[in-house]
Formats: sequence, C-alpha cells, structure tokens
Amino acid sequence: MAELIAKTPCAGLLPLEGGAVAVTEVVPEAMTLMAPFNGREAAFSDALKDAHGMATPAPKRATGREGARAVWFGRGQVMLIGARAQTALAGHAAQTDQSDAWAAVRIAGDDAEAVLARLVPMDLRQRVFKRGHTARTLLGHMTTSITRVGDDAFMILVFRSMAETLVHELQTAMKGVAGRRGA
Amino acid sequence: MRITCPICGERDRREFYYVGDAVLLERPDPEAGEAAWDDYLHNRDNPAGDTRDLWSHEGGCGAWVVVTRNTVTHEVLATELASDVAADLREARP
Amino acid sequence: MRVTGKGLIDRSTPVSFTFDGRRYDGFAGDSVASALLANDVRLMARSFKYHRPRGVMGAGSEEANALITVGRGSEQDPNVRATVQEVFQELEVFSQNRFPSLEWDLLALNDLAAPFLGAGFYYKTFMWPKSFWERVYEPVIRRAAGLGALSGQGNTDRYEKAFAFCDLLVIGAGPAGLSAARAAARAGADVILADEDSLMGGRLNSETHEIDGMPGAEWAAQAVAELAQMDNVHLMPRTTVTGAYDQGTFGALERVAHHRPRGQAPRECFWRIVAQRSVLATGAIERPVAFRNNDRPGIMTAGAVRSYLNRYGVAPGRATTIFANNDDAHRTARDLVEAGMHVAAVIDSRLEAPDGQGYPVIKGAQVCDTAGRKGLESVTYRATSGEEKIKTDCLAMSGGWNPSVHLSCHMNGRPVWDEAVQAFLPAPGAVPGMRMAGACNGVFSTHGAFVQGAEAAVAALSDLGITTEVGETPEAEDAPYRLQPLWAVPGKGRAWLDFQNDVTVKDVTLAATENFRSVEHMKRYTTQGMAPDQGRNSNVAALAVLADATGRGIAETGTTTFRPPFSPVPVAAMGAGAQGRGFAPERFTTSHKASVERGAPMIEAGLWYRPSYFPAPGETSWRQSCDREVNMVRSAVGVCDVSTLGKIDIQGEDAPAFLDLVYTNMFSTLKVGRTRYGLMLREDGHVMDDGTTARLGQTHYVMTTTTAAAGPVMRHLEYVHQCLRSEWDVRLASVTEQWAQFAVAGPKSRELLNSILDETIDGERWPFMACGAVRVQGVEGRLFRISFSGEHAYEVAVPARYGDSLFRLLLARAGALGGGPYGMEALNVLRIEKGFITHSEIHGRVTADDIGMGRMVSAKKDCIGKTMSERPGLSGPEREQLVGLKPVGTVRQLTAGAHLFNAGDPAERAYGQGYVTSVGFSPTLESYLALAFLKNGRARHGEEIRMVDQLRGITARCEVCHPVFHDPEGEKTRG
Repeated sequence: MAELIAKTPCAGLLPLEGGAVAVTEVVPEAMTLMAPFNGREAAFSDALKDAHGMATPAPKRATGREGARAVWFGRGQVMLIGARAQTALAGHAAQTDQSDAWAAVRIAGDDAEAVLARLVPMDLRQRVFKRGHTARTLLGHMTTSITRVGDDAFMILVFRSMAETLVHELQTAMKGVAGRRGA
Repeated sequence: MRITCPICGERDRREFYYVGDAVLLERPDPEAGEAAWDDYLHNRDNPAGDTRDLWSHEGGCGAWVVVTRNTVTHEVLATELASDVAADLREARP
Repeated sequence: MRVTGKGLIDRSTPVSFTFDGRRYDGFAGDSVASALLANDVRLMARSFKYHRPRGVMGAGSEEANALITVGRGSEQDPNVRATVQEVFQELEVFSQNRFPSLEWDLLALNDLAAPFLGAGFYYKTFMWPKSFWERVYEPVIRRAAGLGALSGQGNTDRYEKAFAFCDLLVIGAGPAGLSAARAAARAGADVILADEDSLMGGRLNSETHEIDGMPGAEWAAQAVAELAQMDNVHLMPRTTVTGAYDQGTFGALERVAHHRPRGQAPRECFWRIVAQRSVLATGAIERPVAFRNNDRPGIMTAGAVRSYLNRYGVAPGRATTIFANNDDAHRTARDLVEAGMHVAAVIDSRLEAPDGQGYPVIKGAQVCDTAGRKGLESVTYRATSGEEKIKTDCLAMSGGWNPSVHLSCHMNGRPVWDEAVQAFLPAPGAVPGMRMAGACNGVFSTHGAFVQGAEAAVAALSDLGITTEVGETPEAEDAPYRLQPLWAVPGKGRAWLDFQNDVTVKDVTLAATENFRSVEHMKRYTTQGMAPDQGRNSNVAALAVLADATGRGIAETGTTTFRPPFSPVPVAAMGAGAQGRGFAPERFTTSHKASVERGAPMIEAGLWYRPSYFPAPGETSWRQSCDREVNMVRSAVGVCDVSTLGKIDIQGEDAPAFLDLVYTNMFSTLKVGRTRYGLMLREDGHVMDDGTTARLGQTHYVMTTTTAAAGPVMRHLEYVHQCLRSEWDVRLASVTEQWAQFAVAGPKSRELLNSILDETIDGERWPFMACGAVRVQGVEGRLFRISFSGEHAYEVAVPARYGDSLFRLLLARAGALGGGPYGMEALNVLRIEKGFITHSEIHGRVTADDIGMGRMVSAKKDCIGKTMSERPGLSGPEREQLVGLKPVGTVRQLTAGAHLFNAGDPAERAYGQGYVTSVGFSPTLESYLALAFLKNGRARHGEEIRMVDQLRGITARCEVCHPVFHDPEGEKTRG
C-alpha cells in the first residue's frame, strides 16, 4: 500500500529570521472549530473544562497554554488548538475538523510588534493586547486569527492556501523594520 | 473610519463589509404583497443625517452589525448585533 | 555665507553634495537650501510658467520656489523642497523646469511674453482648431510650463505603510506641541508626537528666545530628550500629518530615509494613526507681501532669514533689508545685528512702527519694486517723501503669519476670520476630538503657546478619564502680536501672490473683473493655490486681493477648501506593499506544485491559481492539450483538483430548515448519505449560485459553492442566519481549506478509485449522488459520487496535508489506465458539452426560469428569492432563455460575448435576440459549441440564428439546440 505523505502548510517556506524577529511554523496536533449549539453554552463549557482542563474563552481571549489552547475564533466560535477534541464535547457544539485548514506560525522577537504594525490594522501593543488576548482581524488582505502567546510572541493563523502570501507579507515587513534598525 | 463591533470593539473600517439599509432585517411575509416587498428590497431613503445600515464584520469576528451613523458628520452613533435587533423585531411582531 | 558661532548644525561633520553636477560643501544638519545659501548660491529654480529665476522663499516645508529633483534614474524624486531635503555625503540634486540650464533658460522667453500670459490666457487662446488640443497645444504647453519630471523608469525604492495607535496625537513639536506632549506624557497617557522637521522644536530652533533662562533650542532639545525616554511616548520626527479623517484617524507620511544614502530602510512610511484625542500645534506660516518683482532670488520671508541665521548659521545676504507690517519681523533685524551682520534698513508700512536698535527703520513706507535678474541687487521703496532705492542683496519680508489650520478643515470645518490677528483661525470642534494650541490657533507668543499646549493636553486627557494639571509654564517671551494689514503694494508691474503657480495680483483682479467673484471660481480661473503647496503661502493674500477687488470683506469672501493631503504624499507610499505579489493574496491548492512540475500554465480563478491544461510531449497549442484531455475523460479517466470550490459545513437541529430556506429546492427530504444539486436565489429572484449539498447526518450537511461565489455565499448564509433566523439552531463553518478534493471522472473512474481506496466501491453501494466517509490509503476521507463532466465521476477528499501526495498518486494510477490530469480548459469544454452552467451563465441577471430550472423553485415552501421570482417579467417567453448553439454555415467559429440576431435583421442593438455566454470546441462532437441566452429560446430549438461578434469581426450562422449536447439522458453519469 502506498502511503500518503503529509505536508505542512508552510513546508519549504519557514523558518525565517530577520532583524529582531523569528518566524517559525506551528504544527498543532489538531485544530477543531467548535460552535456551541443554542442553549448548550454552559454544558459545552463544563465539558471543555472536564475533557481538556480549559475554560471556555471569553470573546477576544484564549485559554490553555502552549500545546493545548482554546482560542476564541469569532462570534460564537472557539478553536481548540493542539489537543484532539474529546468525544465528550460532541452534541454540545458543532465541531469541524480544521487541522488542515490553517497555516499557523509563531512570530517572536523584539520587533514582532513592529512587524505586525505594518500589516494588521489594530492595536497589538502589549499594554492593550496582552498575553492571552486574541483577535480576529486582517493581516494585509487576509482574514486572520492573532493570539499573543508571549511578551514578544504571537501565533498567527491564515487560510492554508495563503501560506505563501503570509510568509511574503511577513518577510516584506521584516525587511522594512530590520532596515530601519540597520541604518 | 472606525466602527465599534459590539463583540470586538472599535476596529478599522476595512474589516467591515457594507451591505445596505438595516431594513434588510425586516423580511416581509411571502404574502405581504408587492408594496411591502418593493419597500424591503428597493425603496431607500437617502438621508442627510442619521441612517441605520447593516455591516458585516467579515474581516473580524463575522458578526453582522447594525450601525447607526450620520451621513453628514460621519459620526457613528450606535452599533448593535444584528441578531439582537432581529430578536427584538421578532418579539415586537404580533 | 556662513556666520561663525551661530546655528545648530554639526560643524564637526562636513558633508559634500552636488547641485546640477557641481560640488558644494555643507554640514550635517544643513538643508540643501541652507547649504547652497552658505555657498552664496541664490538661484535655485525657475518658476512654473514664466521661468523666472527663483531662490528660496522659506526655510521649511512651506517652501514654494526652491523645488529640486533628488537623485537620478529609477531613484529620481522630483519636486522636493530644497528646504526640507537634508544634505548628506554624495547627495545629488538638480534644478528643474529649465532648458538647457538653470542659468540660461531659453523658456525664460515666457517672461517677456508675460503681458499675454495672464489668467485665462490658455482658455481664451487655444480654442481652435479642436484637432490641435491634444496634438499641438497640450504637448507644447506641458513642455513650457511645469515642475520636475519623472525619469520614466520604474521606481525601485521600497515604501512601507503602518498603523499606530495612541491616546493623544500631538501634531507639531514647536512650543505648543512640546508643551502638550509633555503634559500628557507625564500624566501617563499614550502619546504620539509627530513633526515634519528632522529637528523637533519648531520655531524655538529658529529664534533667539530664551526659555527658562536657556536658549530656546536647548530647552527644546531637553524636552524632546525627556519624551524620548518615556515608554508611553512615540516620537515621530520627519513625519508630516497629512490628513484628518473620521473617528480620530490620521494619515501621516514619515520620510524614513531621504536624509541618508540608500540602504535597507524603506524611503517613506505612510502611517495610519488612530488617536483618541489630538492636539493641533502646527504653528503658522509667514506670508509674503505682494509688490512688483517680489519673487527675485534673495527675497524671502523674515522668519526664513532668522531660520537660516539662527538654525543653520547662514546669512542669506550681506546687506539685508526687512520689509514688514508687524513687530515680529523686527526680530530679524535685531538677530542680524547681534550676529554682526549688516542691516540696510527696516521698511515698515506702519507709521507707528517701533524704533530701530542699531539699524535704521523707515516708517510708513512700502517696497514698490526690486532689481536684479538672477539675484536681488536693490529695492525701491515708496515713502511719503517719494521713492528711494536701497542697495541690498537680501529682502526679508513679512505680511504677518497665517495659522496652519489645514488639518482642522479636512472634515468640512470652515476656518473663521479673526480681525485681531488678521488671519483665519480653526473653527473649534471642526475635527471631533481635536484641540488647537499655539500659533495655529492665533496665539503667537511663546508663552501663550506653552500655556495653550498644556491646557489642550489636560482637557484631552480629561475626556479620556485621566486627571492631570497644567504644570508650571516655562518662562518665555510673551510679546503682543502687533500688525497692520498689508497684502499688496499698489503699483504697476507684476506682484506675485502664488509663487509656485506664477499667479500675480493682476491675475486675481482680472478674474474679479471678468466676474469670477467667488473665491472658488477665482481659484480655478487663475490656478491660484493649485500648485503642490496648495496655496499655503498665498491663499489668504489672494483672497484679500479678491475681497478688495470685489468690494467685500475677507470674512465675507471666505476661503477655499483645504483638503488632504497637507503636503504631497507619493502614491508609492500610500499603496506600499500592494505592488507585485502584495496586490492580492495568492491562493494555492495542494496540487499546485505537482501541476507546475507538469508544465501546466496556471491561471487565476479569483485569488486561486488553477491549471489551464497539462501539455503532453509534442503538443504545441493549448487546443491540442485540451482536446486530448477531453477525450481522455470521455474514454478513460481524468483527475482535476476541485478544492477551490467553497465547502460550507452546516450543522444543527434547524440545518434542514435552513437549507430549505436558502435553496429553491428541498433539502430536508434528502436522505443521509446522499447529495443533491441545489439552486440559490438572491432575494430579488435572480440566481445567486448553484452547487451540490451532501447530507452527512441528520443535522449535518456540507454545501459546495462555486469557486467564485464561495465568499459571497458564506456571507449570504451568515446574513440569513444572523439577520433573519437568529433563533434557529444552525452553525456554519467554512471547511474549504480543510479538504483537498479531486474530481475523478470518466468510464474508468471507479477502477482508479478502487486502486487507492481501502475498501472497494461498487454501483450498488455507491450509486449516483451517493456520499460518505471512505479511507484512502489509511487516511479518513470523503467520497461524493457527483459529476460536472457528464461522465461516471466522483470527488474524493482527504485532509489537505495529504493533497499533494494523493494528487500525485491519482495521476500515477490514472496514467496506467490511459488517464491523467485535466485542466480548466478541458473542464470547461466537458461542462459545455453537458450544458452545465457556471457564473458565465448565472451572471446575476438571470432567473431560474431563464436557465430552465423554474421548476426547481419548490411550490411547497418559502425560500429566499421566491416571492420576487414570481414577479411578472421574470419568467416566460419574452425572456432570454438558455439554449445551445452549433455553427452550421461556412464560418465554424463561435465566440463568447457575441450577440444573436435573426437572419436578415441588421446587427444592431434594437434587433438583439440574445448573446453567447460560453464557447468551447468539442472534440467529442467535432464542433464548436456554445451556451447562449436567446429570446424565447426554449421554443426555438432547430431554428437558425446569426451570431455577430462586432469586436472580432466574426459572423456565423448557428442552429439553436438544447443546451445539453452530449448524452442528454445522462446514462453515462448514472451508469
């Protein structure tokens, strides 16, 4: 039997370094989008807590930690990133497997904020957008999910098909920021 | 221009997709007759002043938002989740 | 000439640069203008229309005369103000708008023709013949008049754009701005301080005022240093705030790297700054006085002379004359005398002018003419005693100051005339959240600026819930602003108002005479204020002249509208990052690489890239490849990536009802494990999209949309849910990107699939329109038995990570069966042969009935678009209906976009019978085939119609037929 070989969205594109920023691909074991059904929000919340030890994130927040996070993903939606969704959650929420649908990268370093300020039309400075904060917004022309995962680190998700564009946009912004530092 | 999404807070206009008058929330009954359907689909005021329209926070959380704004000053006076407005309309219905 | 012991330039860092190829020396901290003046170069430019020799008039961004070109070739930047461009080693700058050289400009002949070239000259003269407008007049005029030129080469420089956020944006870092920024920053607010100059401090760097007992420039440097150390402050030097927009959004252009040799940094960055509150502290611009020949090199504003002296350590002349109507200009004389320079005279138009302190003051006199073609040599003034001539090489003039109110006008605010300061002041509240402070608000003393700046910041912070107090005000001069209006000195000859566009007092009075009395009409007739400086130096004086000529007051005359940008912004900066690959996201399927490896030309389908065809060895045209691929699918098996189609996961108790509402046909009755074709209407009754939807479970469906409509359909579904049926338990999620999905089509499709599926399939368990889970080489996937080719076909989906691998595997296995990949061209031919529609047909103006699907609008239920689709005129024989066309005449070619006419009718719009939407050459039927819309088409099968393509000049006779050309019974699909 021939084996199907898995490829990550950013294969051959990352890692990338420039100035005071490093971009690496994040390959979570699974990503599951969960949208609690009408009136099941509380039950879902309990089930998530029981099954994965994570609270349901409030809008614009992420819970959990490196390896297994529950990231608010838009109106009425939570993306479980890292852990494989337990069957106990079934019935409480519409679940879709999104493990292959998103290119996920981590951008970290002193200039990470400055790089994103060239691409994202919202305030991502630490005093406003703290660790555990997340947003659905735009990166260039792409819809994205951005979560602060460290003092100088963010996790960025865009559609898988746009991985090359994401890397291109980040690279362009990084060159500009690094160019200012060098001068 | 900045619009305050009831979920995400104040965001750049480029995250939003404009649709049109908020009357789009008030879909008539199929039997409501031609006049009601014409008003729903085609007839629009063009106020120099306050107007209510429907925007989608497509480049954000995906919520549909009813935005009350002034076409002269460009002031955004209020924003509400379309689903809340729709629920209120349902309750108000006889 | 340099003045020893003066200036803020760094004398330890000499730099040399070239101007028109000649090398000059300067120091770090010099502008091109100051360095040229230090080298006694006064002639720097030629004027726009008359090619008059010009020098500098100002010392900052307000400069109207000294426009230069920086760099050459692809790095060439025209129309840079010599007063703004900082010098650095090896900088190359050039004069512009002259031929052959700045010294000897042949087009200066225009100056001699000046009596004929007044306002409206072009309108009146170049009337006829009309054929000359574009071929003769325009090129000649463009050559004669103008500014700098582009090189014609592509711009290789990098630009950038960025977003910034703050509590308080302070625009301008003079005394008012520094005071505001300091007060806000000390209170802990998030502050952005932007100033267009390289050196913050505003006029403090150009004056000799003492602040708190130290030189103003030193005080400013200390204040800036304090701010620079604070985490909550973002200093933005060399940044011009160019526009004020809605909800506290500002545009700002940062000149990142114009002051140093090219390196890795972007040239410019266009910022979008979002500020909760703002303080406008943009200062004021000194206005010239209009008198005969007031434009010679060596004539500049009085404040500019102080800037050159105090900031750059340069005396623009050896014997300077000052001409003013106010006290402020007398500082120029004082500063020059203190620096040991010669002041020829102060000519003050006021009888009550102050006395001189070591220099003569001629009171109640006006300069009425000047002499010196390429540099000022003398001025003539008129006093009560008569006219006198003074030898002088620099004239410092001041007609008072115009507050820089521009940004306050960007949101419809109209500035208000203030009689006391003889200037327009910003209307309070003109921009929501903006307060004005200092000279831009008509407060001209340094003390006043400090107080207003701090007060504005405290008030702004109070709006944001931050309580703070106006701190101690630094000790500074608080001289009253004394001025007597003087706009234009009466007399003959040309007296310039708008130096940049060569508009004189005469032009404005001529406009008034010819009844262009409205300020907006005068502007357009004379081009007053339409140059790159947008009348910054000249508008107020021009409308004062207009007011006088029309016998009205200035307030009544009003002012023209200031619009963004405040100063020119390169499109390259505004659109930074959007060139080339940055133009739009590129979406690549998982099979992209393998397709490219096979030589497939990739074509854009929305943002996606899809293979056009897969050339086989020996094939030299796309048609050969396409024909082969079509035959291959019809005879063996073909594989095509269909992952780009939108896939929307729909779950919830109300999912069946939801689908019944958005589709014209029923989905609540669809069996689990089955797929159905669905038609979606817009609420106005026209077709929105079509596609298949599979029922994976009782409350779980997956909908497919066309590639083009994936986004709009998702938006539509969210609209229906959130806005119309928010109480329904339905959840929507796009899963387009999760699955790599491949069409496997052709008589050998099942055989191919059975070679890769873990469990074999057969016709019984997998009939037409079946769907369900399968395992592909151990991977969980989905299988749909659907067909867009009319063949026995499937779509197999696996998680996208396996897409590349599965595509390669499918191709390898297909090859063994005589099959292979097919591209968009073959896909198109296959579907035309079967009469399947795409958005070429459902283009937004067709109804279900038009495409022969009227009966798909279920009578048993409501759906989006149903009510309106029942309107008269949206169905029936008077409509254009979908038909097939086959050529029957000598011309065998059909073209999409061509129009249809009855034989014998003229090929004119009034006789139009319809139009062709899709065309392909069918190797199966060995003929061109077309889908078209034809009036009452369904009733006209068998008729002959004429196809006329006016663009390509093709006319063909066609037979009207049923749109399904191939296998009309669908036996192959179901078999």
